[in-house]
Amino acid sequence: MEVLEKKKLKVATTSLAGCFGCHMSFLDIDERLFDLVQLVEFDRSPLTDIKEVGECDIGIIEGGLCNAENVHVLLEFRRQCKILIALGACAVNGGLPAQRNHLPLTDILSEVYLSSPGLGNGMIPNDPELPLPLNQVHPIHEVVKVDIFIPGCPPSGDAIWKVLTDLLSGRNPSLGHGLIHYD
Amino acid sequence: MTQTFILDGREIPFEPGQTIIQAALAAGVFIPHLCYHPEFKPHGSCKLCTVKVNGRHTASCTYKAAPGLEVQSNTEELNGERRTLVQMLFVEGNHFCPSCEKSGDCQLQATAYELGMMSPHFDHFFPDRPVDASHPELLLDFNRCILCSLCVRASRDVDGKSVFALAERGIDSHLIVNAASGRLADTNVALEDKAVQVCPVGVILRKRKGFAVPIGQRTYDEAPISGHLPLAEEC
Repeated sequence: MEVLEKKKLKVATTSLAGCFGCHMSFLDIDERLFDLVQLVEFDRSPLTDIKEVGECDIGIIEGGLCNAENVHVLLEFRRQCKILIALGACAVNGGLPAQRNHLPLTDILSEVYLSSPGLGNGMIPNDPELPLPLNQVHPIHEVVKVDIFIPGCPPSGDAIWKVLTDLLSGRNPSLGHGLIHYD
Repeated sequence: MTQTFILDGREIPFEPGQTIIQAALAAGVFIPHLCYHPEFKPHGSCKLCTVKVNGRHTASCTYKAAPGLEVQSNTEELNGERRTLVQMLFVEGNHFCPSCEKSGDCQLQATAYELGMMSPHFDHFFPDRPVDASHPELLLDFNRCILCSLCVRASRDVDGKSVFALAERGIDSHLIVNAASGRLADTNVALEDKAVQVCPVGVILRKRKGFAVPIGQRTYDEAPISGHLPLAEEC
């Protein structure tokens, strides 16, 4: 019965209003990446060249929602992925970017693009190519159902490895003292 | 003969007048708590110390120990309820641990770790209360306050100053500074005050002292909060 090649699980990842730190922490599993690619195949991810997410077993989301494109990508991931993972503080609760939530968006945009010293002929970018920012930053669970949360800013490579290996071997992922942290 | 009650199947000795949490902590058994502090009268606001006594839920910080009580604490049901309470506290405030200088030394955070909180679950309130940076030595970030009232009790009962108070009702309840201006700089608060030492979260902070302890050496880095028993150390 060994004739059938074991099908690899498909994993997609993305960064929304993230800093890519969670992806760097993912890469911090170091040589365990070689073990991982024996078990999984990567679909859309900043680490691959695939432009649109396809049908996947696991979708990993870094970053909260700060603009319209973030929401579009998140909905696409939710549609395609059986298990959706919120990776890191931003995806889990908005993170430090959500500190802008008590400031009116127009104030932020005009401070950055109009009134900051050193700007010549400043203007707020208005090309339709650019995604419009949301009034507030949101955690991803406010828009889609999230199956697994991995807290941390960023979560350690060990925490990410623990959750992934738990998942791949059919266990309910859990993090104990030292692996679970929010900072 | 010492009187005892049963906590999670274990016999716990107690002195007459002790509450369940006092006797448990003295016996080295951890019951999660935030507003309870061994040096102050119980407050009963955080509800984390809720236990089941003879089948009924009650706060172990206010319930007196009595001979033969059957108390449950470390059960899946109670810890699940505690996790929900902690999640409620997290979404009611702005608990951005990644930039908080109390991270690693914070009882709310450590309790959430202890209870295995992986996410705040509920939608965030994102409150917007301005910080009070008026005082030359101290900073107040009201968006992290969990209304435990320890600073209120310490300032009133120990320092004799009543610098802090809780005001308004419902979700609008919040910590205020007792000065006509509402500013901390216009009170007689001092760095050595008990009220300044006792905040379990990152509301009352000493200026220019943040991030002094390396990660790995902060209070709850090495041992979880269940490994820090306030009363056991004193006994």
